[in-house]
Amino acid sequence: MQQFQNATSGDIVLSVADRIIENRAYLSEIDGKIGDGDHGVNMAKGFGMAAERIKGNGMSLAGALDTLGTVLMTEIGGSMGPLYGVMFIQFAEIIEKASMIDAAMFSKMLHSGLDGIQAIGSAKVGDKTLLDTLVPAITAFDTANGDGKSFAESLNALVAAAEAGRDSTRDLVAKVGRASRLGERSLGVLDAGATSCALILKSLALGIEDRLQPSA
Amino acid sequence: MQRFINNPDEVVEDTVKGFVKAHADIVRLASSNPRVIVSRHAPVSGKVGVITGGGSGHEPAFIGYAGRNMLDAVAVGELFSSPTAKSFLDAAREVNGGSGVVCLYGNYAGDNMNVKMAIKLAAKEGITITTVVANDDVCSAGPDEREKRRGVAGEIFMWKCGSAKAAEGGSLEEVQAVAQRAIDNCRSIGVGLSPCTLPAVGHPNFSIEPGTMEVGIGHHGEPGVRVEPLKQASEVARDMANAVLDDHNLAAGTEVAVIVSGLGATPLNELYILHDTIESEITGRGLKIQKTYIGNYFTSLEMVGATLTVMALDEELKRLLDVDVQCPAML
Repeated sequence: MQQFQNATSGDIVLSVADRIIENRAYLSEIDGKIGDGDHGVNMAKGFGMAAERIKGNGMSLAGALDTLGTVLMTEIGGSMGPLYGVMFIQFAEIIEKASMIDAAMFSKMLHSGLDGIQAIGSAKVGDKTLLDTLVPAITAFDTANGDGKSFAESLNALVAAAEAGRDSTRDLVAKVGRASRLGERSLGVLDAGATSCALILKSLALGIEDRLQPSA
Repeated sequence: MQRFINNPDEVVEDTVKGFVKAHADIVRLASSNPRVIVSRHAPVSGKVGVITGGGSGHEPAFIGYAGRNMLDAVAVGELFSSPTAKSFLDAAREVNGGSGVVCLYGNYAGDNMNVKMAIKLAAKEGITITTVVANDDVCSAGPDEREKRRGVAGEIFMWKCGSAKAAEGGSLEEVQAVAQRAIDNCRSIGVGLSPCTLPAVGHPNFSIEPGTMEVGIGHHGEPGVRVEPLKQASEVARDMANAVLDDHNLAAGTEVAVIVSGLGATPLNELYILHDTIESEITGRGLKIQKTYIGNYFTSLEMVGATLTVMALDEELKRLLDVDVQCPAML
């Protein structure tokens, strides 16, 4: 069985922040097609602020996720501030007391984040939101893990499903949020939240894979 | 894009700094949060606090409506982006006089979520926040789905009447009920002739072809119900008035209040040109105009365009609308 250490893994959140900041212009460009084009700007601002507070402090993964979630929740606003804020804070709560994190605990963490998002938002899968990435990604991870795949293999399944979920939003009509006012005109464009969610899950998965070790 | 800005990422910070310097006699910054504007007259012990919040870029909304007999505090968001839950919470904390707080805001996904979280956080501190959500934009959903409509300039009447009710000592339930009735009695429509640009993005994210207009446009450039050739002002004004009044279906003899607001880049003279026909259409249906506001009351950065809002009055709303106010947007 594979697992990774909580205490030494805070830097994973820095690499998540790097990916979001690198994709600032791209995320805003996608958002601009059916929204007002500030998704990349606001995400990069929040993740950048959180990274400044995490850098060099030797945080655990739980500590870094909590820092990120709190910054998004209290300083960013918009729709993504509370949605991602809740997700990262709930991630942190689940793993807070664990020294080692295995696939079962990682799954529990993902589900808790999803529950948090669903408690404040009103979207469902198929509404062209970040849930179209997050929900299939979690399902794929659980299925792979349940089939006896390793933690690493299950993470690969998660990333593949997240990216397929992101791509599925191209063919969806937005049902919630500002893009929902466009009706059919939202077809043919990726959802910005689904796209940033795929970036987040992929960099999270890569960071964990690098740190996996066999359990004693 | 030629603009008076310093850092494109700090437009909101710089706006707020200038705003509080200009209107220091009416408003102050919250001590705990540079994204909350508080009336100099708040809090008042025993009085219901009235707050709102929304994205920046709509000035004088939302900040300009804080003041005496008006909003007690306003949470300030990024350009076109909801304020944080913390800012809504801090606004409520600043104005809580022990009798609860009413949050009067527009029907946007981000605002709905952040207000919801602020309510939860406030409850833990013993502060009750109740809400009224504006839904006056007739073009954003059909009459059978009014709860889906977005709030636009009708919010100003909701703030005005709700705040006046709170100022005269109304209870939490009474303030909420008056604000709800005010927005229920409002219908609005917007017409856009050119798009707007977020400074940090640097280019407009949609286009309105020369010679056309977007009917039913939202306050962030959300598309409307149709694109059609730009017509003479009188025809545009007639269409706007009819869209609002047909949805409203008011009995002849009803008294109304009217706002014709520019979206940021429309000269005042053009708003008066529109109003000339709007007034004829309204009175032509046997309605009586009690009060008219013409100006830039609720804008969308530098969008060219205008909105029309009509509120039906009853005796109480009429009296509350007449209450004298001191706020930067209505000096």
